[in-house]
Amino acid sequence: MSTGARKFWRSGEPFIWLTGAALAMALIMVAGLILIILTNALGFFWPDAIVRLTLKDGKTLAGSIVDRERVPGAADQFRIKVRVGNRDLYGADFVWVDEAQIAKRERPADVAVIERTEWGLLIGTITALREGDRVLASGPTAWEEARRRLPEAERLRAEIRQVERSDIGAINYAQEQVRLRLRGLELDGVTSGVAVDALRARMAELQEAYKVQEARLAELRGRGAGSLVVTAEGGKEKTLPLAQVIDVYFPNQMGVGAKSLHYVAKVWEFVADDPRESNTEGGVFPAIFGTVMMVMIMSILVTPLGVLAAFYLREYARQGTFVSTVRIAVNNLAGVPSIVFGVFGVGFFIYVVGGTLDQLFFREALPTPTFGTGGILWASLTLALLTIPVVIVATEEGLASIPRGTREASLALGATKLETTLRVVLPAVMPSILTGLILAMARAAGEVAPLMITGVVKLAPSLPIDSAWPFLHLDRKFMHLGFHIYDVGFQSPNVDAARPMVFTTTLLLLTIVVFLNLFAIAMRNRLRRKYATAAV
Amino acid sequence: MSAPVQVAASLNPHATTAILETPMVEIEQLSLWYGDKQALKDVSMSVPKHRITAYIGPSGCGKSTLLRCLNRMNDLVDGVTTKGVIRIGGTDVYDPGLDVTELRKRVGMVFQKSNPFPKSIYENVAYGPRILGVNRRADLDGIVERSLRGAALWDEVQDRLGESALGLSGGQQQRLCIARAIAVEPDVLLMDEPCSALDPIATARIEELMLELKNSYTIVIVTHNMQQAARVSDYTGFMLLGELVEFGVTRGLFTNPRDKRTEDYITGRFG
Repeated sequence: MSTGARKFWRSGEPFIWLTGAALAMALIMVAGLILIILTNALGFFWPDAIVRLTLKDGKTLAGSIVDRERVPGAADQFRIKVRVGNRDLYGADFVWVDEAQIAKRERPADVAVIERTEWGLLIGTITALREGDRVLASGPTAWEEARRRLPEAERLRAEIRQVERSDIGAINYAQEQVRLRLRGLELDGVTSGVAVDALRARMAELQEAYKVQEARLAELRGRGAGSLVVTAEGGKEKTLPLAQVIDVYFPNQMGVGAKSLHYVAKVWEFVADDPRESNTEGGVFPAIFGTVMMVMIMSILVTPLGVLAAFYLREYARQGTFVSTVRIAVNNLAGVPSIVFGVFGVGFFIYVVGGTLDQLFFREALPTPTFGTGGILWASLTLALLTIPVVIVATEEGLASIPRGTREASLALGATKLETTLRVVLPAVMPSILTGLILAMARAAGEVAPLMITGVVKLAPSLPIDSAWPFLHLDRKFMHLGFHIYDVGFQSPNVDAARPMVFTTTLLLLTIVVFLNLFAIAMRNRLRRKYATAAV
Repeated sequence: MSAPVQVAASLNPHATTAILETPMVEIEQLSLWYGDKQALKDVSMSVPKHRITAYIGPSGCGKSTLLRCLNRMNDLVDGVTTKGVIRIGGTDVYDPGLDVTELRKRVGMVFQKSNPFPKSIYENVAYGPRILGVNRRADLDGIVERSLRGAALWDEVQDRLGESALGLSGGQQQRLCIARAIAVEPDVLLMDEPCSALDPIATARIEELMLELKNSYTIVIVTHNMQQAARVSDYTGFMLLGELVEFGVTRGLFTNPRDKRTEDYITGRFG
């Protein structure tokens, strides 16, 4: 090595550059990740212009252009991917078109994009409004008339939903309860008597109520508010009942303002609505709810357990080989693959604990398991187990950082060990506990593998909290954003249409994790300011 | 309470005047072992009431250990065994039936390193009374003000009682610890090198404060600073290797030490 090079090396400069480069690399990767998610996710709700393409062979098609790429094998030719919708009419949502084949492009103002309850987007021109066989309006006035009727149709749809979900749901629930009580009595050997008769009578009552609701439902469904006749590009017609219409918009007539309004409305729908069309459309509200609720139940379970364990390890246990071994074991627990915890959750919580609970308290429901199957309680418990090392380690570090003098000061004032622990040590270690909890929550919110086998499902019929007693249903299966991403992206029947949903859901999951963390960090900072400690 | 006895004269024949004092703390043939290592050897002495008594000696001589015997803080260390008798105000400190927390409420302590709780100034002072069961705000307010005044801190902190005690300067923190200790009105105040982490001005303030406090409390101070012992204490004990080599009126001990080892230490020949 030349003197110059050696001098340069000895100056330490290259090492500084190396460390800086490593940090820059990490930052670039994180920024790239966020950027990709943001660009893919945020554009999803923006109403793209609808382009009508006339091909050289005379065929026409209309849709929004979602992608453009070089034709494989041809150097200077491009092709575009067009989202044409109308899956029920032509079979595919997306088509590739060689640009060389395109004779004409135009943006017709009258093309409507219709979101509906099934079959994805409908793209075409509204030609008429019909009720039964009677044509109410045709041509441009059809949309005017339909718009007047849409609120009524929406109200009707909401009412149908209400009847299906709440009214009939409640009756079903009550019937199930009565059936279980009858079964319970039967198991006790009671097959006749006052109690059984009362239950039977109640069952008959419920059956009557059910029939009433069913009739009401049939009446509501029959009360059509008319149908839209839509002519799609290529000549096929579609008659769409207004009750199935969720939203109609004319992207080529919309200015930036209208598009922005539409965007906000779509984002809100995404956050607040239930999913449709096997999760590829609609919102993800149940998944948000499930994720947040699971993280909260997990926090409630893991915090006291982890904190108490850490207190024993650091405050009461005689420090020695055994405690050191325990500490190492706890630290290693944090490195165990999460699916292992999932398997434990299934093997122990669900089969052993849940199965025993079913035998003891839900005998009448068997062979249908109540707690002996995946549910939000078992999923939360599994994740609590997964994250307990994080809480223990953070709390222990906090306890270790409290000066001995602080404890002695309290003891010297005549406080007992317990008083010292509760009044001095616990408040002082609070910021560390919250640090542990933040890390635990971040880990739990992002975990998918153990959840898939302990209670997460693709589509949960009801939320874990509802108006039926006991309001909080810990045995229910639930939806989770992490699993939702996997399901939408890789298990969905319509992958092309669902792909943007993957990114939006990912962005949402990230946002929720960030918000949970910010909340906990704000709380910790408040505590720190209060105590002005420099604890971990 | 024991009758007044002559403490100084018997131990220090060179003392010019033999003073009659009421003993607050009486230590008789106290020995202490950390495991196999003997840290205190047969120490006997009396601490007079409402006086400042200082222990001096080189590091590791057992002066802090002796101090910590008085409120049994040594109990917190594993493997400690003691022999001998300590009586504070007539109560046997090592009586197995004694409630240690009761003892510690009567024997307050200020530590070498100021150790305020990570709480507000107010809550630091109110901590002891709260432990004793005082919960009425008005009572606590009175105790806090009186204690902070007693520790000469009131004027500096009266406008920010709700702020964290950890925001105070080192000297203020130490005076807060004194306020916290006197809030429970102990009989004896133990001070374990209370000024070793402070600058000279803060030290002077604490020393001034000690001279005021001795009107109400019996103070025992451990210091490695001989000038400090000479300045503030009425009685001084010199300890070496676990033994109380010499104990007597401060002025007598410093001007006319009886033991060769004391003389060597105070003249700076070792230590």
